[in-house]
Amino acid sequence: MKFDRPAEANPIDRMQVVGRAHPRIDGPLKTTGRAPYAYEHHDVVTNPAYGAIVGSAIGKGRIASMNLAEAERAPGVLTVVTAENAGKLGKGKFNTAKLLGGPEIDHYHQAIAVVVAETFEQATAAAALIRVEYAHADGRFDLEEALKTAPLAKDPNSPEKDAPPESRTGEFEQAFAQAPVKLDELYATPDQSHSMMEPHASIAAWNGDKLTVWTSNQMIDWGRTDLATTLGIPKDNVRFVSPYIGGGFGCKLFLRSDAVMAALGAKASGRPVKVALPRPFIPNNTTHRPATRQRIRIGAGADGRIIAIAHESGSGDLPDGQPETATNQTRLLYAGANRLTSMRLAVMDLPEGNAMRAPGEAPGMMALEIAMDELAEKLGLDPVELRVRNDTQIDPEKPDRPFSQRNLVRCLREGAERFGWTRRSATPGAVRDGHWLLGMGTAAAFRNNLLIPSGARVRLERDGLVVVETDMTDIGTGSYTIIAQTAAEMMGVDIGKVVVRLGDSAFPVSAGSGGQFGANCSTSGVYAACVKLREAVAQRLGFNSAEATFSDGHVMSGNRSAKLADAVREGELVAEDKIEWGGLDKSYQQSTFGAHFVEAAVDGFTGEVRIRRMLAVCAAGRILNPTTARSQVIGAMTMGAGAALMEELAVDKRRGFFVNHDLAGYEVPVHADIPHQEVIFLEEADDKVSPMKAKGVAELGICGVGAAVANAVYNATGVRVRNYPVTLDKHLDRLPEVS
Amino acid sequence: MKEFTYERATSPQEAAAKARETLGAKFIAGGTNLLDLMKLEIETPQHLIDVNGLGLDKIENTQNGGLRIGALVRNTTLAADMRVRKDYGVLSRALLAGASGQLRNKATTAGNLLQRTRCPYFYDTNQPCNKRNPGSGCAAIEGFSRQLGVIGTSKACIATNPSDMAVAMRALDAEVETVDEMGRTRKIPIAEFHRLPGDSPHIETTLADGELITAVTLPRPVGGIHVYRKVRDRASYAFALVSVAAVVQRDGSGRVAVGGVAHKPWRVEDAEADLPKGPKSFSARLLADAKPTTDNAFKIPLVERTVAAALNDARQQ
Repeated sequence: MKFDRPAEANPIDRMQVVGRAHPRIDGPLKTTGRAPYAYEHHDVVTNPAYGAIVGSAIGKGRIASMNLAEAERAPGVLTVVTAENAGKLGKGKFNTAKLLGGPEIDHYHQAIAVVVAETFEQATAAAALIRVEYAHADGRFDLEEALKTAPLAKDPNSPEKDAPPESRTGEFEQAFAQAPVKLDELYATPDQSHSMMEPHASIAAWNGDKLTVWTSNQMIDWGRTDLATTLGIPKDNVRFVSPYIGGGFGCKLFLRSDAVMAALGAKASGRPVKVALPRPFIPNNTTHRPATRQRIRIGAGADGRIIAIAHESGSGDLPDGQPETATNQTRLLYAGANRLTSMRLAVMDLPEGNAMRAPGEAPGMMALEIAMDELAEKLGLDPVELRVRNDTQIDPEKPDRPFSQRNLVRCLREGAERFGWTRRSATPGAVRDGHWLLGMGTAAAFRNNLLIPSGARVRLERDGLVVVETDMTDIGTGSYTIIAQTAAEMMGVDIGKVVVRLGDSAFPVSAGSGGQFGANCSTSGVYAACVKLREAVAQRLGFNSAEATFSDGHVMSGNRSAKLADAVREGELVAEDKIEWGGLDKSYQQSTFGAHFVEAAVDGFTGEVRIRRMLAVCAAGRILNPTTARSQVIGAMTMGAGAALMEELAVDKRRGFFVNHDLAGYEVPVHADIPHQEVIFLEEADDKVSPMKAKGVAELGICGVGAAVANAVYNATGVRVRNYPVTLDKHLDRLPEVS
Repeated sequence: MKEFTYERATSPQEAAAKARETLGAKFIAGGTNLLDLMKLEIETPQHLIDVNGLGLDKIENTQNGGLRIGALVRNTTLAADMRVRKDYGVLSRALLAGASGQLRNKATTAGNLLQRTRCPYFYDTNQPCNKRNPGSGCAAIEGFSRQLGVIGTSKACIATNPSDMAVAMRALDAEVETVDEMGRTRKIPIAEFHRLPGDSPHIETTLADGELITAVTLPRPVGGIHVYRKVRDRASYAFALVSVAAVVQRDGSGRVAVGGVAHKPWRVEDAEADLPKGPKSFSARLLADAKPTTDNAFKIPLVERTVAAALNDARQQ
């Protein structure tokens, strides 16, 4: 099905199942420990061996020598695989660094060997016996230093391949120079780790030249394709299975070393091999959100209307890497005739930077939405009002391109009302609760709606069950449930009659989970397949499918009615289709919007920041399931609170690695950090985006929330911190007196 | 993890003797720290002597009105004990400020005293660390040191002791009771129990080889208002940037020990004479010889402010 004109009325609009707060259909499996995660498929292979990965101990250089003898002699060891004996390996499309390093070392903890042994304990003990001599090389580990000579970089995701690296509209410099009110500030966001609960893990088993990998991966087809490329085998010989995923946040978008090393270890040992990355490997062996250094300039009239806006961002990555696209939202969020955005990309030798929840917008909004708060103060305007005044219903760079639906102003107004925003003191540092300094902050939320083709197969079985199969993944998001809701709505059956099977490359290729595109795209793919299945059912029953309605297990048309099950008395019906996207994202800018409100308390003695309450109002098209959508948004708000207050991978600039590479050193929020959260969804249905009339929402929740926290802290203390995370040491010496 | 052998000790003296005579032996109690370190091969004992069955898990009144806490009393039990809550509140609060409920259920009193530093370089076996691998150097001094020590440090090591419990015990003048392989017992004042790093940061306490902690005793209650103030980036389940254990009397006198700044709980009794003058002059004396790094220089004003917060808390109770 090609979606190339706005959706008309369709069966989803009934919203008898879709749009309802249905609990997760996979919930009972998860709460009773029966949902097998990657490392826990105990029944798929017999006699597995265990692989332990050895990571590089240096950040840059080469392996001078590697002595495997002691490890190979250790009890239980079956084989040791290194770059020397692995044979020629290719490199996948999506990973920047090689997943098996050596002799050249590209980054710290890059995998250089896998030791395969009879038991996990034997494998890990033997891995520590490999003796490696390194020849160190000087690496580029200092972002500030590297950015001094970094060239401009294009947005790798831009549809306009020949666009210049800088995006310019109007005459920014001239307009900024003449603006009555100006802001020109620098902002910094640190490297961050996804730190999802389940580390990367894979079980690999060869059957002749066929390879099956039970793994934890957000994008089945990307991972499968890149593993085939890496191993130099046909894609058809690789099967990827990933039915349950313990969090990803972008860290599992791509093939990583667990799958490659499990496959190589299994090949070399002739046994199925299980590999899980240990927690201290996650930051340096896998990917992270790159640090940014951002400059924002905004010129406004005395009425608060933006005249000129510039956002320049710099980040670093390994050779052939990509910039963190932190200026994305600035091209679209606020009005203003004169605009400039650009990115610089420094080549560095730290581990691979890549997508983490709302790549681009998350760190970009952390900077932009502090800048808006600062501008509001300069103007003497309320920060909500400033944002309202600069709303735009068209793409500011292309005035003939409207937003498909944009209710940012309603989010801001409704949020302000619900939150009690009028109680905020415009003067910072003025509100006390004992020794606590209190403040409120706001920020807009903005994240683009992305469209990826997505396929599904739907089968009506003779017992009346509707079985959906797609390689879509559920990374804790609720995909199982919203897909079941979609099929139930389309086929007119109870949700209990729907069986959803996900995460297997034997199923049709889907959008996968990433970029908040999963929910809308994968359900649209299921919608398309269900349309076909309805046609097949109608044909069997002798109905005109265009007129037939499917409801309560029946198919009706005019005054005729038949049981749905009657259609499969003589045999099941199967339909497969995929949603493909026409040009509606060219003619309409498709984005999601929201407003964050935060109240924070700062200990006047110690400077500790504690959030008291958070509110998000979201406008993201039709909400397919308010329960799972709310979980996504509060999770994102929590992650944003972590980004605001504590999350930072500390770089050792001499040794070239992230030092705090475990969950004791890399702090993420705990329950006590998040006392109260509220989420409101505006009732919307966006007919320009998909037949589901839904957009992504999971990443919207993190966009802007960090700045809302930082702005609340500023409102509490009067000390502006532009360098995340906002830890107590950054404002301690300037706090107002409390005693 | 390296292979190791394991036995259950049957008496404290026997445990001490076994530990002394067995190469690479270590005691294990709650295992909340040791097992993690073994998995990472930061600790590689060849033999574990399990002391959990030795009956050292009672809290008893002492003849002089104090409390004797068995070495194996779990942190949860100790924090909840009514005598501790009533007379040694700072200890109960310090315990509850540490770790998580699950960890406190396993962690023991003696084990808490012996927990090792959380310096990130100590935790990465690819990095030089004089504490983990004597003589290999210290990567932390010129590295990422935000969490690390500011006073009593050395050219060999700037690690901190991560315990909350020990900071409160330092303020309470606890004593550590031990037994050796001959059955001889002794009491070590808590002030002398932990060492400064000097040029041998791998030696962290004054315990002799094989010597087993059997109990910690607290002297009779000193009254006063008990405050434990722990400062950290997140609200729970994090090691202290700075912590303050304070027992403050009505006349403004008191005792203050500080955590998160040194290789041991940091207390300067002489400085306490300045407490009635306020946090500034007290903290200046407490940290007179501090040598912070650029990363952790903020801990100096933070100690003063946290002492002020603790004194403010005490005033309001």
